[in-house]
Amino acid sequence: MVNVVLGVIGTDCHAVGNKILEIAFRDAGFIVHNLGVMVSQEEFIAAAIETNAEALLISSLCGHAEIDCRGLRERCIEAGIGDILLYLGGNLTVGESDFAEVKQKFTDMGFDRIFPPGIMPEDGIDALRADLRGRGLELEIPDV
Amino acid sequence: MSDLLLADIGSTFTKVCRVDVENSRLTATASSPTTVSTDVMEGLERACHEIDVDLENNAGMRLLACSSAAGGLSIAAVGLVPSLTAKAAEMAALGAGAKVVGVFPFLLTRNDLSQLEHLSPDLILLTGGTDGGDTEHIVSNARTLADVFADTPLVVAGNRAAHDELDTILQTWNAPVRATANVMPELGRLDLEPARTCIRELFLERIVVAKGMGHVRMRADLLLPTPDAVMRSLSALRDAWATAPASAATTRTPEPTTAPADEDCLMVVDVGGATTDVYSYGFGRPASPDIVYRGLPEPLEKRTVEADLGVRYTLAGLAEHMDTEYVIRDGGLTIAQLEHWVSVVSGNPSRLPASPVEQTADTALARAACHLAVVRHCGNLEEVWTPQGRTLVQQGKDLTHAALVAGTGGPAAHDVPPGAVPRAAVRRPGETGLLPRNPRIMMDRGYILWGLGLLVAADLPDCAAALAADHLVRA
Ligand code: B12
Repeated sequence: MVNVVLGVIGTDCHAVGNKILEIAFRDAGFIVHNLGVMVSQEEFIAAAIETNAEALLISSLCGHAEIDCRGLRERCIEAGIGDILLYLGGNLTVGESDFAEVKQKFTDMGFDRIFPPGIMPEDGIDALRADLRGRGLELEIPDV
Repeated sequence: MSDLLLADIGSTFTKVCRVDVENSRLTATASSPTTVSTDVMEGLERACHEIDVDLENNAGMRLLACSSAAGGLSIAAVGLVPSLTAKAAEMAALGAGAKVVGVFPFLLTRNDLSQLEHLSPDLILLTGGTDGGDTEHIVSNARTLADVFADTPLVVAGNRAAHDELDTILQTWNAPVRATANVMPELGRLDLEPARTCIRELFLERIVVAKGMGHVRMRADLLLPTPDAVMRSLSALRDAWATAPASAATTRTPEPTTAPADEDCLMVVDVGGATTDVYSYGFGRPASPDIVYRGLPEPLEKRTVEADLGVRYTLAGLAEHMDTEYVIRDGGLTIAQLEHWVSVVSGNPSRLPASPVEQTADTALARAACHLAVVRHCGNLEEVWTPQGRTLVQQGKDLTHAALVAGTGGPAAHDVPPGAVPRAAVRRPGETGLLPRNPRIMMDRGYILWGLGLLVAADLPDCAAALAADHLVRA
């Protein structure tokens, strides 16, 4: 049983992708705790502690990811869950920008995986499976 | 022979009511001092004698009782994250009618343990982790507790993945232990009823005996903590006054699939000497799909207890939080008059108002306590400005459409003008709290709500609704 916490960070209220991600990750065999939209860093962390989550799957669509995610890794460390996987996807910056640069910026902020706009949920699922395997956690794949 | 007896064994008085069930009528009431120091059965028998009932000779007469004597039911709640399982555990305990003496999140420390020893709760509610979530904390806390509190009854309502490990630890427990469903099986979903049921069972099985109520328990067909009985009375009030069909309202389902209509939301406020209790029925979910809900969902039946808002023993707390200017204006008092009354009752808490001015001051303070407690009970609506405009975020229950607010207990029984205390539950202009806007104000002047709750619990909801209609007064 692998718990993950999902949500859209900050004051962002784009709800559609969040619902799709919830269903996709659940179907893939994860226990998904979906916090919905407008989730604060504190709520993500509290949820991760209570559920013993392996990963925080964070979306940011409205372009404010950098401000909304600032200090998240540090707060996780402070809360005793410093080794949790941090994933981030959506429309991370305003307008067109070089994704390699964006990726570097969020990697420096302590995120493990950063996804470009418009990716499919499966890309995230495959990445999470690989990362968990790397940590010695094998996820049973449910019969569909 | 269809008569039954209702009894409330309070900390000072034991009150009994005889009910003619067939005709849904209250035929007699009496009260007598509670006899905690010996056996509360004595005081109960004395009160019964006054209405010509002999509990032994009338052995066939059903007795439904509730009690808050000997400190009521005190519970310490242990959970993991303060805003999640620790909060859920507190809500479950309050909902079962308990006095929550402490809430302990994360790992229990040595300091927590010495506090717990000092508080010496009647029962410990141990939670932590969603199902399949964290097991480390609940297991470690069980181990810590086993060393010191093995003689305290325990309810375990945490992560079910920890059950096997907990079983082993709890084998050495001397007092009874109940393991039940998780108060928070998934993040943000509450399931409080199983824990409440276990708490009630242990209350009956163990705690009442320890409090000198063993004889009452043997005689009574039902024995509940008094706040639990009051909580159940809300469904009788709903049947009596709400527009919903009575049939849908009679069963006490913790999580019905359909939310009650707005008209069905209601509230009871009990302003007391030490605490102010607020009870509400209704989910109070956001009124529009555009409103974003944040935080824990609220239980359908919610009880909050404000331990710092009372009108006798905790006046200091009330004074600290209330808007004194408002209270003076509200009561048409001078500051000297208010201060006079405060000093009088601080010195002598059992003193009743003896002049119109004292009466007005008493009511004004009770109104302040009522309002503050209701503000804390209800949710609020906040405007959040995002880069592109306004979003509304709701936390807690929206009780703006509550159909009814009833006042019970202490100062509400003789407030001036009648109904002034429960009327203070109404939302004031400019407030962001989701308080009742235009409720019907009812008064429980004869102090009978607990009895209605007992009838509901004994599966006599129609009788309860009929008595509610007869004995509660509209202000
Ligand atoms: C619908 C929509 C809205 C609706 C939202 C309704 C709702 N309740 O959801 C409304 C009209 C309310 C709205 C409001 C705003 N929006 Co808008 N909105 C959109 C729009 C058109 C579609 C979003 C959507 O639902 N996509 C479909 C879902 C399925 O895709 P997704 O959200 O991207 O998620 C998928 C992937 O990205 C990925 N993914 C996402 N997160 C993560 C996380 C992980 C870990 C992983 C693995 C994968 C992953 O998987 C998801 C599922 O496939 C987009 C444009 C676009 N085409 O993206 C703009 C867009 C997101 N909005 C934008 C803006 C600016 C706003 C507003 C600020 C102002 C405005 N222009 O109206 C407000 C913001 C309000 C707020 N506080 O958040 C901009 C953001 C700018 C930027 N980032 O550069 C966009 C990109 C439009 C644009 N090109 O300008 N919006």
